Amino acid sequence: MADHGATEHSHEEILEIEDDGSTSLSSYLTGLGLAIILTLASFGAVLTHLVWGPGLPALLAVLAIAQMGVHLVFFLHVSATEEGENTVLALTFGIFVVALVVFGSMFIMSNLSAVMPSMEQLMRMQR
Amino acid sequence: MSAGAAIAAVDADGRPIAVSERGPASTWSMISFGFWLFLLSDIVIFSCLFATYSVLSKNTNGGPGGKDLFELGNVAWETAALLGSSFTCGLMLMSAEKKQKSNFFLWAIITWVLGAAFITLEVREFAQMVAEGHGPTHSAFLSAFFTLVGTHGCHVTTGLLWLLVMMAQVGTLGLRTMVVRRLFCFSLFWHALDLVWIGVFTVVYLGAFHG
Repeated sequence: MADHGATEHSHEEILEIEDDGSTSLSSYLTGLGLAIILTLASFGAVLTHLVWGPGLPALLAVLAIAQMGVHLVFFLHVSATEEGENTVLALTFGIFVVALVVFGSMFIMSNLSAVMPSMEQLMRMQR
Repeated sequence: MSAGAAIAAVDADGRPIAVSERGPASTWSMISFGFWLFLLSDIVIFSCLFATYSVLSKNTNGGPGGKDLFELGNVAWETAALLGSSFTCGLMLMSAEKKQKSNFFLWAIITWVLGAAFITLEVREFAQMVAEGHGPTHSAFLSAFFTLVGTHGCHVTTGLLWLLVMMAQVGTLGLRTMVVRRLFCFSLFWHALDLVWIGVFTVVYLGAFHG
């Protein structure tokens, strides 16, 4: 790295120019406000029993995914710009793997426990 | 993450240049992307623990379930502390990028204190559960709970140590580019932990209370 000093210098300039609002106060304030609203909605839905019981898990899932989106956009500054496309591509793959692991495990394990004989039946078979 | 946005997107005649033809990416782009990949792999680890918890959460071995053990008030305070520290972490990074050293230390210390408050609340909750005889060895549900929430707690603790190191580096080296880049990685790490916590309080704590 013969031009290390020069590279460092050019990045110094990038840092100066980069102050274009991508990490601005308004972005963090918007993120904080939305996150507080969504968190309060989650806790409120569970504590107040205003929501129809069987629909609650779906509502909680929607609120959690929405808040994760808020964090990604306003705190982690993931954006669909040309520069951010590698980031978004990696994120998409990450979400794919996470969904596969979580929902795949839940599906397989609930299916398994549905077709498995119960403990009592197993004990009876042993005899 | 538009940190590499300053690389020219057009050639001398004003024609746009494809990203793949702009030559080697800047150090900043490479470091932030590499760290982003690390964070995603970390999130995949958490997803395995979430899957384990979801599968085992009903297997209480005759012991108490989440509804009997968790206090939502405590969880709300933990959530507030972590969300607050995520916000102040953003302000800390902003101050660092603007080379405002005293503001940086102010927000860094607030971030650290809020993170430490989160860990204190969590350790207190764990200690109380273990003292009441509901430790990780009691049931599959409790093993999964302590592993998932404990792993997140370990990450936050690591983050607190990292932040101490970063404060020392800013103190000795100043807010030079290299240090700001490390602070940027730290802020990604800290925000990602708050992201995982959303999953924890929704799936583990709030999930235990419905139905």
